[in-house]
Amino acid sequence: MTDYALNPHYASDDVTREPNRAGFGRGLLEAGKKNEAIVALCADLTDSTQISVFRDAFPNRFVEVGIAEQNLVTVASGMARAGKIPFTASYAAFSPGRNWEQIRTTICLNDQPVKIVGAHAGISVGPDGATHQMLEDIALMRVLPNMVVVVPGDSIEAEKATLAIAENNSPSYLRLAREKTPVFTTEHSPFEIGKAYVLRGGDDVTLLGTGVMTYHMLMIARMLEQDGIHAEVVHVPTIKPLDEETILSSIRKTGRAITAEEAQIAGGFGGAIAELLSEHMPAPLKRMGMHDRFGESGTPDELAVHFKLTAETMIDDVRGFIDKVPQYKPGY
Amino acid sequence: MSEKLTVIQLQHKANDVRKSIIKMLLEAGSGHSAGPLGMAELVTTLYLDIMNIRPTQPNWNERDYFFLSNGHTIPVQYAAMAEAGYFEKEELKTLRKLGSRLQGHPERTKLPGLENTSGPLGSGVSQAAGVAYSLQYFDNQPHRFVYVVTGDGELNEGNIWEAAMFAGKYKLSQLCVFVDRNNIQIDGNTEDVMPLESLRGKWENFGWHVQEIDGHNVESIQDAASMARAIREKPSVIIAHTIPGKGVPFMEYDYKWHGGAPNSEQAKEALRKIRTLDGKIVGEHE
Repeated sequence: MTDYALNPHYASDDVTREPNRAGFGRGLLEAGKKNEAIVALCADLTDSTQISVFRDAFPNRFVEVGIAEQNLVTVASGMARAGKIPFTASYAAFSPGRNWEQIRTTICLNDQPVKIVGAHAGISVGPDGATHQMLEDIALMRVLPNMVVVVPGDSIEAEKATLAIAENNSPSYLRLAREKTPVFTTEHSPFEIGKAYVLRGGDDVTLLGTGVMTYHMLMIARMLEQDGIHAEVVHVPTIKPLDEETILSSIRKTGRAITAEEAQIAGGFGGAIAELLSEHMPAPLKRMGMHDRFGESGTPDELAVHFKLTAETMIDDVRGFIDKVPQYKPGY
Repeated sequence: MSEKLTVIQLQHKANDVRKSIIKMLLEAGSGHSAGPLGMAELVTTLYLDIMNIRPTQPNWNERDYFFLSNGHTIPVQYAAMAEAGYFEKEELKTLRKLGSRLQGHPERTKLPGLENTSGPLGSGVSQAAGVAYSLQYFDNQPHRFVYVVTGDGELNEGNIWEAAMFAGKYKLSQLCVFVDRNNIQIDGNTEDVMPLESLRGKWENFGWHVQEIDGHNVESIQDAASMARAIREKPSVIIAHTIPGKGVPFMEYDYKWHGGAPNSEQAKEALRKIRTLDGKIVGEHE
């Protein structure tokens, strides 16, 4: 099975909930204590991105650039040239939404260890509506050479991920959300850039989650268990580089897979898994997430239901897939 | 740098850089002619006189920084770097060729001595501002300077003015931007495509110290850079008025030469014009 240290209370109604940006705030503070080269830049969203925690501790290493996301990342590129490890924070809709070319040229091609922190990603930003619900960031960042893409599952993992990208000497993207979400990992859960983790073993189907959607995959696996279906749940917090070995080894066993993400499936996490499978084995795949459409205003909970991004709203499609689609066996 | 070059020697070096530019572009078969030729005195004087650098130790930790924002004019930087001793002039022939360290637009990771990767316009001032901020606020190194060259057409980009606001706010006094004011861009003259005037007024309003010079006059370039280093309250911009295609009469002032490379006949004629300073000098082999 698996010895991954899951929060034993993850399935309980009163599971601890915390926004993963809080973990980022703690992680950056810790990283800043460990390494003086770490500096932070923000584009007029200091409190809501939680980069304020770092600012308060190290005011001389914090730089306010105003509402100017192109300048945010290009100034950071220059600071990296001067030997710093810059963390830049804004909402994902603006950074990397607005400044993709600058990230491509002055950070990725230029190979500078600038960290792009995209907060308030996904539809869960809620009433602000589609303009602010960034869904394309995974695709935008995943396609860039040299870029590392991390989508932490909860606040504890976000803290670990922040510490990890502070030390990886590489351009990196960290995707964060605004809302409180269930904490399903623990202090003892492993996190390493480029690793996927089997949270729960099973032979009938592989459920691949990234970000908070892994929590919903865990809940789906529990529902399937009542049907006598044993789902394997794989948590994929690093979308690039992708842990192909762990993912393929699971699907080789189960013969079919479902992905879930709070993002466009085209080019996103689902896109990454589709690319992987089509090169290695023709196992059936179902991708859940946003299907070529924008979000809209509503409360986060309403939107999660509306767009089928909760265990309860995804379970019918999951059961339909499992009923209809046979498991791929090598040698077919 | 060992011994200081005289103004006359620097002028000759700028002309050598022009010859290298023509030869490189001919060999490459593509690239930009007018901008690099017009920037010859500027970039040559920076590399051979103004900047505190060690070409044999490109990452020397006391160096001044140079950022080329208008990356398409890179032949002038490569040629000046070769004159300064970063690499052999022979390597200039590899410009734009497969496997070369001299990419068509500059890539930091390919060639030691390059501080940035540029090409898409408008990002060089920001990157330089990032270094200047670090020197001034994080690392307390007031003796080091960051020089930037931008084109003028490039000032259409919003990113430039974000950087201008940023450097103005933080009074980045170790930042010195040269604007190559040659009045051309791909689609025509700058004032027809998207007017920049009053260019001085724009920079002044963003909190910069502004100087305007003849960008072909080595002494003016030296004096302006010296003044920029002396101004400690503000970032500095030096609007260097230049003639696009300078030194090659059939290219001068003609925006059509912004994006073209000479053919072999044109290159031969260009080299003759540069060598003789447009007929003012008659060489012994003429």
